[in-house]
Amino acid sequence: MRPTRTLEVGTGLFVLLGFAALAFLTTQLPSSGIKFVGKKAGYHVTAKFDNIGDLKTGSPVSMAGVRIGEVERIAFDPQDYKAAVTLRIDPEFKQIPDDSDASIQTQGLLGGKYVGIGPGGSETYLKDGSQIPFTQSAIVLESLVNKFFANFASRGEDSGASNGAGKNGDSGHEPGKETQK
Amino acid sequence: MIPASGENLIFRLLRTVGQRIVFLAALLAQCVPSLARPRLIVLQVYNAGARSLIIIMLSGLFVGMVLGLQGFDLLQRFGSEDALGVAAALGLLKELGPVVTALLFAGRAGTSLTSEIGLMRATDQLTAMEMMAVDPMRYVAAPRFIGGIIAMPLLAAVFNLVGLFGAQLVGVQLMGVDRGAFWSQMQSSVELDDVSEGIIKSCVFGLACSLIAVYEGYHAEPTAEGVGLATTRTVVASSVLTLVLDYMLTAAFL
Repeated sequence: MRPTRTLEVGTGLFVLLGFAALAFLTTQLPSSGIKFVGKKAGYHVTAKFDNIGDLKTGSPVSMAGVRIGEVERIAFDPQDYKAAVTLRIDPEFKQIPDDSDASIQTQGLLGGKYVGIGPGGSETYLKDGSQIPFTQSAIVLESLVNKFFANFASRGEDSGASNGAGKNGDSGHEPGKETQK
Repeated sequence: MIPASGENLIFRLLRTVGQRIVFLAALLAQCVPSLARPRLIVLQVYNAGARSLIIIMLSGLFVGMVLGLQGFDLLQRFGSEDALGVAAALGLLKELGPVVTALLFAGRAGTSLTSEIGLMRATDQLTAMEMMAVDPMRYVAAPRFIGGIIAMPLLAAVFNLVGLFGAQLVGVQLMGVDRGAFWSQMQSSVELDDVSEGIIKSCVFGLACSLIAVYEGYHAEPTAEGVGLATTRTVVASSVLTLVLDYMLTAAFL
């Protein structure tokens, strides 16, 4: 065992590096892992949704397609059976009207869900701790399809065979906006 | 081992597998006593692991960068470039990391194990140890085997990490994918099971590659030509076995 020092230092370095990589991969990558990343700056607003689909912690929050923050926490509110979503908005986007609406949308064809904020017309702005009053849930494709067929069938019974009836019915109607204040 | 003439193919195959299993059993029996000499194992971890680090990191970086380019090109067609992080992470963790590391390990560490042990056999060092009542299985074969098993998962983890960095480098810096979306989509889609699948795979590959390397060296024909042939067999057998095992493990995990 000629260069004992090199051997020991090299092995130590290799094993430490290997375990550090393993630790990073197991804790930082998976959604179930522990995050060591420090708290990011910004202010928090909440919004309650009937259904959040597969929105996850860390999903982006965007306004007019520009990313302005991310979903920080998702909780279930047992009082009104809704999902209480806490959004962290980056500090530079301070002027969001407090009557804005939040909707859950899908990125691209295969993309994940994100929260889109549509601006309202109020002169007062959202601040830390405030709640977005108007929300629109994720569109669940199955229920949309069910609605369409239910609609189509009932129309068919009412007015005979009118083929186009389902198209301009409320099959495309979004699950309504609801006020929470 | 060269089979006697007249034996058919199936018999030869069974015998080849059986010889390695018997050797594995003998090796495992010597593993516990060889732990009493940790110094020998540390030396082998250094030889198989630490000295492979540079080639593993360099390969990982370029595999990750290629993954970033190809993944971006593919996902762009569906308008989902943001999923690049998920694609790169899953590709590296589950397949490329363990498999490419095992192939590189077979070429870099496996060959040196085989030729080292083979040369010890050819120069009668192993016989000399037996004469002195020192079991070469315990002091030569087992520490190399354990060293390889320890080194492989660590090398694969380093490969994955560097590969992710490479994918990030190309995807985010070069192609302009949103950095936040790259990481947050990755973190929300990758499950702990995906990570552990890769770790289990690399442990299995480490066992298979080390076993073959040690076996071929131990049973090399004690001539210069025999050691050369044994080294070639190590690379071929390890690579093929890695790919076959990879398919079987993937099928088992899905």
